[in-house]
Amino acid sequence: MGQFWIFVRKEMWHILRDKQTLFVLLGMPISQILIFGFALSNEVKNSKIAILDHSKDLTTQQLIKRIESSKYFEITDYLSHSSEIEESFKKGDIKLAIIFSPDFEKNLYHSHEASVQFIADGTDPNVGTTLVNYGSAIIRDYQDELLGEKKLPYQIKPEVRMIYNEQLNASYNFVPGVMAMVLLLVCSLMTSVAIVREKELGTMEVLLASPLNPFFVVISKSIPYLFISIFNILSILFLSYFILEVPIRGSVFLLIAESILFIITSLSLGLFVSSIAKTQTSAMFGTLIGLFMPTLMFSGFMFPIDNMPVPMQILSNIIPSKWFFIIVKSIMIKGLGYMSIWKETLILVLFTILMIFISVKKFNKRLDIE
Amino acid sequence: MRNILTIIRKEFSQFFRDKTNIRMLLVMPAIQLIILPLVADYEVKNIKLCVVDHDHSHYVNEMIQKITSSGYINLCAYENSMDKAMHLFEQDEADVILEIMPDFEKNLIRDNEVTIGVSINAVNGPRASIGGQYLQSILGEFNREIRLKWIQFPKFNPVPIIKTEHSYWFNPSMNYKHFMVPGILVILLTMVGANMSALNFVKEKEIGTIEQINVSPIKKYEFILGKLIPFWILGQVVLTIGLIIAFLFYGIIPKGSIALIYVFSSFYLLAVLSFGLLISTYVKTQQQTMLISFFFMMIFILLSGLYTSIDSMPKWGQVVTWFNPIAYFVKVNRMVIMKGSGFSDILPSILSMIAMATVLISWAVFNYKKRA
Amino acid sequence: MNADIIIHVESLTKKFGDFVAVDNISFDVRKGEIFGFLGANGAGKTTAIRMLSGLLQPSGGKASVMGYDVYTQSEKIKAGIGYMSQRFSLYDDLTVIENMKFYGGIYGLSKNDLNHKIQEVIGILKIDEFKNQLVKSLPLGWKQKLAFSISILHNPALVFLDEPTGGVDPVTRREFWELIMNSAHQGTTIFVTTHYMDEAEYCNTVSIMVDGRIDAMNTPQELKKQFNSQDIHSIFVNLARQSTRKEFE
Repeated sequence: MGQFWIFVRKEMWHILRDKQTLFVLLGMPISQILIFGFALSNEVKNSKIAILDHSKDLTTQQLIKRIESSKYFEITDYLSHSSEIEESFKKGDIKLAIIFSPDFEKNLYHSHEASVQFIADGTDPNVGTTLVNYGSAIIRDYQDELLGEKKLPYQIKPEVRMIYNEQLNASYNFVPGVMAMVLLLVCSLMTSVAIVREKELGTMEVLLASPLNPFFVVISKSIPYLFISIFNILSILFLSYFILEVPIRGSVFLLIAESILFIITSLSLGLFVSSIAKTQTSAMFGTLIGLFMPTLMFSGFMFPIDNMPVPMQILSNIIPSKWFFIIVKSIMIKGLGYMSIWKETLILVLFTILMIFISVKKFNKRLDIE
Repeated sequence: MRNILTIIRKEFSQFFRDKTNIRMLLVMPAIQLIILPLVADYEVKNIKLCVVDHDHSHYVNEMIQKITSSGYINLCAYENSMDKAMHLFEQDEADVILEIMPDFEKNLIRDNEVTIGVSINAVNGPRASIGGQYLQSILGEFNREIRLKWIQFPKFNPVPIIKTEHSYWFNPSMNYKHFMVPGILVILLTMVGANMSALNFVKEKEIGTIEQINVSPIKKYEFILGKLIPFWILGQVVLTIGLIIAFLFYGIIPKGSIALIYVFSSFYLLAVLSFGLLISTYVKTQQQTMLISFFFMMIFILLSGLYTSIDSMPKWGQVVTWFNPIAYFVKVNRMVIMKGSGFSDILPSILSMIAMATVLISWAVFNYKKRA
Repeated sequence: MNADIIIHVESLTKKFGDFVAVDNISFDVRKGEIFGFLGANGAGKTTAIRMLSGLLQPSGGKASVMGYDVYTQSEKIKAGIGYMSQRFSLYDDLTVIENMKFYGGIYGLSKNDLNHKIQEVIGILKIDEFKNQLVKSLPLGWKQKLAFSISILHNPALVFLDEPTGGVDPVTRREFWELIMNSAHQGTTIFVTTHYMDEAEYCNTVSIMVDGRIDAMNTPQELKKQFNSQDIHSIFVNLARQSTRKEFE
């Protein structure tokens, strides 16, 4: 076993020598967490809108003031003619135009009906509908106040509770996602490239000629990435807990244990790739297209799996990141114990064993030939 | 000029010699453009509803029917205790729980008011909030209907009512794919262009042929341009393939001028390709190049407005997007393809892109040292 | 300056941090001669050649190549020289012809000259049947001969060869040197580094580098007289024994 650690130490030296790469490996999770946490928000707010007020009376002014003071809207254009609406949209700045019909106030109090028209930019359907909803809500509130005491009969009042995430903090969803992504990338990409590089340079033969079992030679190359990944998990958890205020409701110990399991899964994937790939470039594109893209697409973190066509939903089941994502969400956010995630854990364990088994077979075969 | 042509010819011979390159050039667009939009459907639909019904009255059934007939919400469980329903939350088998208290119908008639519990699984915040909005507006609608049924409003309505109407322009069918495809097209172009140009340059460093170039009298800018132009052309080819796929698979025909897209992509490609070359002037191995360009790409894509609106970012995040070429092209591509924006609409973006390309090319030429 | 001198070097020095790779060397190379640079690995031969060919900025001293100053006129130098590096410098994934067209192109050869030259090289190297094959598929010796031919494709007055015969079998080395002699006869000045001592016999002038310094320099005959030795090899071994520098390459 002493020899094994000598190999590991050699790998450590390689990695520590290459400062740029090390910087990226350790800096990537930190920058991603910070970007996701602070810059990205699925919440729709500060949307630029245009107002076209044909009436310009007291009521419309009051309404406009309310719209303006809402955090969802920022009025950037006051239009004077309906022909300007399209122009405004085409310049690409505004997302919604609100149009008050002529004689708004007069109609409201005399014929008891006035109309507001919302024209939303439908390019992004979610933003479009959300903005229309927000706008309508402001109008509705105003109207309710007009009604004053006249209460409507037969009210069904929904009492809404947001479970697990009262503030609707988007970080709750992406922290587990970033963990899956970063661990997979660091472990499988770096391991596979590191192994294939030795093949390319021809130094692999020297290593294999050593008395250590060939398979351990290969494993030793992945151990440093295990350490780097553990460091990454800790930095992600630290940042998300203290800076993004994402809770860790379940057991921290269980969370870390599951993460280490997933690291091993990712390493086994890296091993698998390196047992197939012949050049560094093919190892890189192999991991990016074969592992990273599917993780991004099918883990359920960026794209909702439920919306996908059925074949893709089925396909998503063979992506290990999907199961890890579920595990982390369950422990961190829902505070569940191991009883609720044993199935997912078992899938990861079996998957890992299978990957290692296949890679060993492949390696042995190649070693016989070469 | 002849020197540049010599390099370009050499790059093309090398590029087409390796069949994997050609496959990448054709397969990458296909995979990304055909699969990604299918996957990247953020429309909030298929919301899984669980009803916990303690009342079992006629109106509850009617309400559930109203909710599920919207098409966005599916009833997937009907439980009699909240505990069982919460268990579904834990397994992610429900998104919303609707809890109806005993005597719902009776109380509604007697007290004129009744509450129902709506619990939303909010691990995914945005989905929860949009789902909640849907459900509440359906419930409001239902409320209005039964009210109309139970009491006859006087024909003359004494209450002033503000009617709201809404319409959605540029994407009347509210198709999410039409939103994603122009954006994904940009990412595609960027990945192929920047990655390939960066890797190509570093490869010359790794195998040592760069030395032979450095000892020749060729000018620095000639070499950089000679490296850049082939990938610029390939980039335009990928864009063309992308536009064709967008048309064949999604029926997307640009509303604006296609020429305008190419005008913008010309400057855009200059900027991102120079960025790729710039990275490669700093690094030594392909592995480093890959990792570093991936690192930047990730940040650029996340902050590009591809999935999340730039308006919603904090001010500093918005300032960062001014220096993000991807953000410009995502925006311009959507403007031209979906809204039919014209030249004057995108002129500010074109100018920014020219500025960016100039800086990046100069930086790359400056940082490429023929002499150590 | 003497019009016969093509390279003039005075106290040229290159430091990498504390390490002095080339230590205060001075010499002249005459037009048309074969100038041999001998030394063990790490003696500083490659560093010296890289400075003279404009790839590396010197730390001190003076040097001019074809009358151009290496500090300020390196691009002018590059236009007039040929260079063949220690590392294999052709594109593996291009054919023989494509490689020649590329390198000829970046030295600005006109189309006619280039085609003419290509025919000539194919004739000399007798590689007509291989001309459309990828360079990758050629044996090493052929690749080296091709690389040399390409480095003088633009008829430079001076060509730098950095260990051109590394790893090549004796027969091919002999053929290679025939190519070199041939172009020297046509007036090209050859500046060559090697650690094969028998190759020193081909040179008009031999300089022996140890630890970044030039410890001996003369014609092979004079050197043997001076050190009272039968062959260059034993002179070299004697000098190299004094080396304090470990191999670092």
